[in-house]
Amino acid sequence: MSSDTMILKINNIEVKYHEVILVIKGVSIEVPEGGIVALLGANGAGKSTILKAVSGLLKHEDGHVTDGSIEFQGERIDRMGPEKIAKLGIVQVIEGRRVFEHLTVEQNLKVGAHMRKYGRSLKEGLEMVYHYFPRLREKRNEVAGFISGGEQQMTVVGRALMTHPKLILLDEPSMGLAPLLIHEIFNIITQLNKEERISILLVEQNAKLALNVAPYAYVLENGRIVMDDTADKLRENPDIKDFYLGMTDFGGRKSFRDVKHYKRRKRWLT
Amino acid sequence: MELLLMTLTTGIMVGGIYALVALGWVLIYKCSGVLNLAMGELTLIGAYVSLSFYSMGIPFLLSLLFSLIIGLILGILTERIFLDKLIGEPVLTVIMVTVGLSFFFKGTVEFIWGVDTKVFQPPVFPLEPIKIGPLVIGKVYLWSFVAALILLVVFVSFFKYTRWGLAMQATADDEMAALSLGVSARFVYAAAWAIAFMAAGVGGTLLGNINGLNISVGYLGLLVLPAVVLGGLNSIPGAIVGGIVIGVLENFSGAYLDKYFPGGVKEIAPFVFMAVFLLFKPYGLWGWERIERV
Repeated sequence: MSSDTMILKINNIEVKYHEVILVIKGVSIEVPEGGIVALLGANGAGKSTILKAVSGLLKHEDGHVTDGSIEFQGERIDRMGPEKIAKLGIVQVIEGRRVFEHLTVEQNLKVGAHMRKYGRSLKEGLEMVYHYFPRLREKRNEVAGFISGGEQQMTVVGRALMTHPKLILLDEPSMGLAPLLIHEIFNIITQLNKEERISILLVEQNAKLALNVAPYAYVLENGRIVMDDTADKLRENPDIKDFYLGMTDFGGRKSFRDVKHYKRRKRWLT
Repeated sequence: MELLLMTLTTGIMVGGIYALVALGWVLIYKCSGVLNLAMGELTLIGAYVSLSFYSMGIPFLLSLLFSLIIGLILGILTERIFLDKLIGEPVLTVIMVTVGLSFFFKGTVEFIWGVDTKVFQPPVFPLEPIKIGPLVIGKVYLWSFVAALILLVVFVSFFKYTRWGLAMQATADDEMAALSLGVSARFVYAAAWAIAFMAAGVGGTLLGNINGLNISVGYLGLLVLPAVVLGGLNSIPGAIVGGIVIGVLENFSGAYLDKYFPGGVKEIAPFVFMAVFLLFKPYGLWGWERIERV
């Protein structure tokens, strides 16, 4: 991948919470213009932290990028506040379907348009969101706290869309949703990427799903990137098959010693 | 019968003033989840500022306007100086800071304006009351009521239809998510405090016109608490209705119960009512059902 077509470049960053807890240890990730990149990893690997480092929300939780740099379209953003980063065209969809519970669906979407003054573009934005999520049009006047989980996920993605982003940081859109709904949402995500040319950095635990939509992926473990490759290669990788896709070549049980061995090996690699 | 009607109308009119102060309270709660215990002192400051301008010979409405402007500035300053650092900290911390602020403001007011009762001189509102049939209503009360209604309409439409109104509600709901969409939390909080200062200022000024102004007007802030809780902590119409209900209740207990329980029954009745009411409706009339933050 040549470097000038990258919309986002994370260069060897280190993230500390409360100035002492080191959670990200030298991570580099690149997202190409108009591409989808997946970030895989188990709970607590630091995936969400990386997204928050990019969007600037990290500072809100007393976390800081203490080393390395983050560049968005060639501009350094790792010292900017979240509002400024959002204005540049980066929007994070926070994990866990965080709708504004007491607002209606449409009001939720309107908050997404907050940065651009209301006007005709608001209507156009709403129409675009309703085009991709027809279901939200039906629910537009319902209070967002009471709609179903899938609709809430659509609302937060739609809300992010209202900011007219260049890059969406998508944190576990599949969490706690029925398989059919996950399928629907991921379809829309790929559609958005293709039709609206929005670049996406996708964090997922569901590796199979993520590797289906993202042509390139990184694997994060304990705050370090242990592997990165094209989705096709990763899917064939025996370790990935084993630990993330839940398939083994032998079909039998794995002994824990092998797992440990794998982890040790990965640590040597980095 | 006449007494009943009189008490009722006076109650409603005084309730209008309570509603104004309650509005300020609700606004801050709605935006930041903080119960601002310095509300009474905001009332005091607003009232004293407009009184000072008025005694300089500036027309009343202009004095009120100046006091609004100063309220706006003070609101923003308060937020910037004392509360900005606390964004993202537990709500309880912020509430404790407002307790501190309340003492600080009270001290400042005593320092600047002294503790003697001051009155608007010459009286702003004509003393002769309006007579409607058997009813006699003081003009101050009537105007307070009108002001409360106007502000109600203004605030409700602000929250419903404007970009910043929605952003403020969104921040109240989920600060992090609002931040991620480019909403400036600092601006939202500053705006909430500025508006609260202004609403309280109007309330305080009107109240100062009724009984004169001294430090005890500040207790209004606490007296309004039942109104706010009754209406639901984050409902603007709730604040108005709550204010009026408390005003009526207070006047009724003053008129009818004082014979049996001489002394402060008027002051206590709203709190007793609030306690009983909350047994049945813990979120108030129109409060949000899930209040996790207090």
